[in-house]
Amino acid sequence: MSPATRRLPTWVPRASFAHSWSARIGLALTATVLLIAIFGPFFAPHSPSELASGSYAPPSGAYPFGTDLLGRDVLSRVLWGGRSVVGYAVIATALAYLVGGTIGLVSGYSRSLVDPVLMRLVDILLAIPPFLLLLVLATGLGTTPAVLIIGVAAIHVPGIARIVRAATLEVSVRGYVEAAVARGETTSAILRRQILPNITGTVIADGGPRLTISILLVAGLNYLGIGLQPPAADWALMISENRPGLDIQPWSVALPALLIAMLTIGVNVLADAIARSRGVSVDEELIRR
Amino acid sequence: MSAHPLLEVTGLRIELLSGAPIVEELDLSLSAGRIVGIVGESGSGKTTTSLALLGFARPGVRIAGGSIRVAGEELVGRPEAELRRLRGRLVSYVPQDPAAALNPSIRIGDQIREVLRAHSGGGEPAEVSRALERVELPATRDFVRRFPHQLSGGQQQRVAIATALVGRPPLVVMDEPTTGLDVVTQASVLDEIQRLRRELGLAIVYVTHNLAVVSSIADEIAVMYAGRIVESGPAAIVLGSPRHPYTRGLVSSIPDFLTPRELRGIPGIAVGIGGRPPGCTFAPRCDQRRDACEVMPPPLEEIATAHRVRCLEWQRTPPLVLTPSGGASTVTATSPLLEVESLRAAHRSRSGDVVAASDISFSIARGEAVALVGESGSGKTTIGRCICGLHAPDGGRILLGGVELAPRAIERPRQARQQIQIVFQNPYDTLNPRTKIIDEIARPARILRGIGRRESLAVAAMLIEQVSLPQRLAHRFPAELSGGERQRVAIARALAAEPSLLICDEITSALDVSVQATVLELLARLRSELGLALLFISHDLGVVAHVASRALVLESGVVREQGTLGDVLERPQDDYTKRLIAAAPRL
Repeated sequence: MSPATRRLPTWVPRASFAHSWSARIGLALTATVLLIAIFGPFFAPHSPSELASGSYAPPSGAYPFGTDLLGRDVLSRVLWGGRSVVGYAVIATALAYLVGGTIGLVSGYSRSLVDPVLMRLVDILLAIPPFLLLLVLATGLGTTPAVLIIGVAAIHVPGIARIVRAATLEVSVRGYVEAAVARGETTSAILRRQILPNITGTVIADGGPRLTISILLVAGLNYLGIGLQPPAADWALMISENRPGLDIQPWSVALPALLIAMLTIGVNVLADAIARSRGVSVDEELIRR
Repeated sequence: MSAHPLLEVTGLRIELLSGAPIVEELDLSLSAGRIVGIVGESGSGKTTTSLALLGFARPGVRIAGGSIRVAGEELVGRPEAELRRLRGRLVSYVPQDPAAALNPSIRIGDQIREVLRAHSGGGEPAEVSRALERVELPATRDFVRRFPHQLSGGQQQRVAIATALVGRPPLVVMDEPTTGLDVVTQASVLDEIQRLRRELGLAIVYVTHNLAVVSSIADEIAVMYAGRIVESGPAAIVLGSPRHPYTRGLVSSIPDFLTPRELRGIPGIAVGIGGRPPGCTFAPRCDQRRDACEVMPPPLEEIATAHRVRCLEWQRTPPLVLTPSGGASTVTATSPLLEVESLRAAHRSRSGDVVAASDISFSIARGEAVALVGESGSGKTTIGRCICGLHAPDGGRILLGGVELAPRAIERPRQARQQIQIVFQNPYDTLNPRTKIIDEIARPARILRGIGRRESLAVAAMLIEQVSLPQRLAHRFPAELSGGERQRVAIARALAAEPSLLICDEITSALDVSVQATVLELLARLRSELGLALLFISHDLGVVAHVASRALVLESGVVREQGTLGDVLERPQDDYTKRLIAAAPRL
């Protein structure tokens, strides 16, 4: 092929991350929700379990967003209720990346029997319907946070393993990897120095939607009553509990729903911006899938 | 030239939507039955120009001014619907990569029928057969039912040409139509193009970076540099006595396999779009520029009948002198550095093993340069990969300094890995995109010579100097470097190990010729400075003749012939070698 017309598979920095609007918006949304989730409890005017006044009281001076079905302060419960949803989702996603990413890297780089064996195991996991898996785990092992986290992580592992494997396969035939092999570098040095830095764009682009899915899964499970149990303060539980009073006291549902929406949108926009700045766009990534 | 040329381009200007010019002040005219070769290197605007001749501009690009008339029809400024009607009838296009141009899931016959239908509403089997017969392809029922991947590269390109001729256009634009093909196939496709031109009276615009190919086919040549034609005229005159310093540099950059000569590359790199200087675009790389050159672009001046040059100082351009060189120095045999004995290697695939090398034996002495010559699929790259431990052979032995080497690099002692280094073909994936140049070069020194971090960085800085790269690139990332610069970094990285054998796998095939010449010069200099032995893998006989003193000719994993370069190239014994040499284009 002529040098003039060949399309070059190379990393070129695109729009600067800090200057893109999507980065700023994504960062602002994500940071707001995370700050509320982490530091909210310190600012809560009331205890989340304190039964303050009548149920579904409208907003007033003492209860700026009114009270919920049992008469607890909505604002205080919202300020307390982010830690579980956000925390579990982040931990579950991180765990999924640790396991799935390792499987993918090893699978994609090894040219031995390890690859097909690992991938068949992943296929088996993929064959189990995710909600069925969660229900079985929850009924078998009880609805503890650990079960919730492991269950959500297990849902992500096959997908992450496949994406990381595909990205690794693509990078591992590049000249710089072969040069490292030829000079006899250890497998772990090659994975760490040559491969990992060159697949992070793909991994981050894929990570945004995954964290969103985790948030929605955790929220969904809590909402369905498989996850956290009342009287815990949790955004998803609040939506679920207060639904009957939606037309009397909409804040008790709208506020937690708004925060979950802000977080999922923010994380996606942010991941896209990071990935773009590293030369991959989420759209391209989705097409590749 | 006749009074009414078939193709008449005047004042063509093509720019990015931002207004940055890609092609400027382009004039071109061509009569029926003639072939004009548009020659240029990366970024010269030749492909943009060739697409514009169909009234087409890629997304983000627009034809901003000038006129393109084909058989009296103006293409510039026409609505897309009308242009679409004219394409194929008035002018058609043969793309570079036929494998990408043909739809992989449609049978050959159906693809041609589709085009026939678009043009005439017909598409009878007889018409399909005629289209195939025109390019000397079998019009059998079996053939028309094949899918593109069941065809060879040459057949695919013939199908692409047949498709282009379906609408009987008087003008065909061909963009690097033989670049992806083996030389033997290339020669037959070029013959085919010549025959079609004669029989159908076609006018052909042949776009290429390969001067040797263009000299064998074109009547006229237009040399493009940074968006402008810098010299044009009859092929023999432009290539034989170029008056523009760029053309002269280009011609002196091309190695010839029968008469090895000193190569003179063009220093510097081509200016990019948007970075073009106000004056002559070649001025920054030109050794005969004066102040006036940098003020405004020189006009295209007619200096003899039909010979035009865009240079203020063309009279000062020295005549083309091609200094013969002795080729690579031969080495009096000492004890062999590397011995390959009955090497066998294969590639595994689901459909069975593909033999890449069978019973290959040769040796390389200290400081000697040996070439492995062959077409794609000849097994030459696999042999190189076996030697540096990237591909485990199925049999035979590889000895370094008399000691047998383990099949895989990681199983070999450090000293063996350090002595054999490889430089890869593709400059665009040879460097880790996330590693700084200096770290990339320092790493092998640290790993293979066991020196400390600080010392290895000093070694790297010295090597950057040694491969003639500016020190300011040390802390850059590969994306900021040109292809030629990257290949120099790859060479520096290999040298950082202080090897005694350097394997060069098609290291210049992705580079422009003027850059190729500078890389070959560098390699020759390093060899004499460091006493390096080379295993030079290439399909290009000219490059091989310039670098190596001994050659092995490979075909399908078998050595067809081996000997000194003079014997192999001038007195080939084997039929395959003879065919290869006969087909190789020369200036």
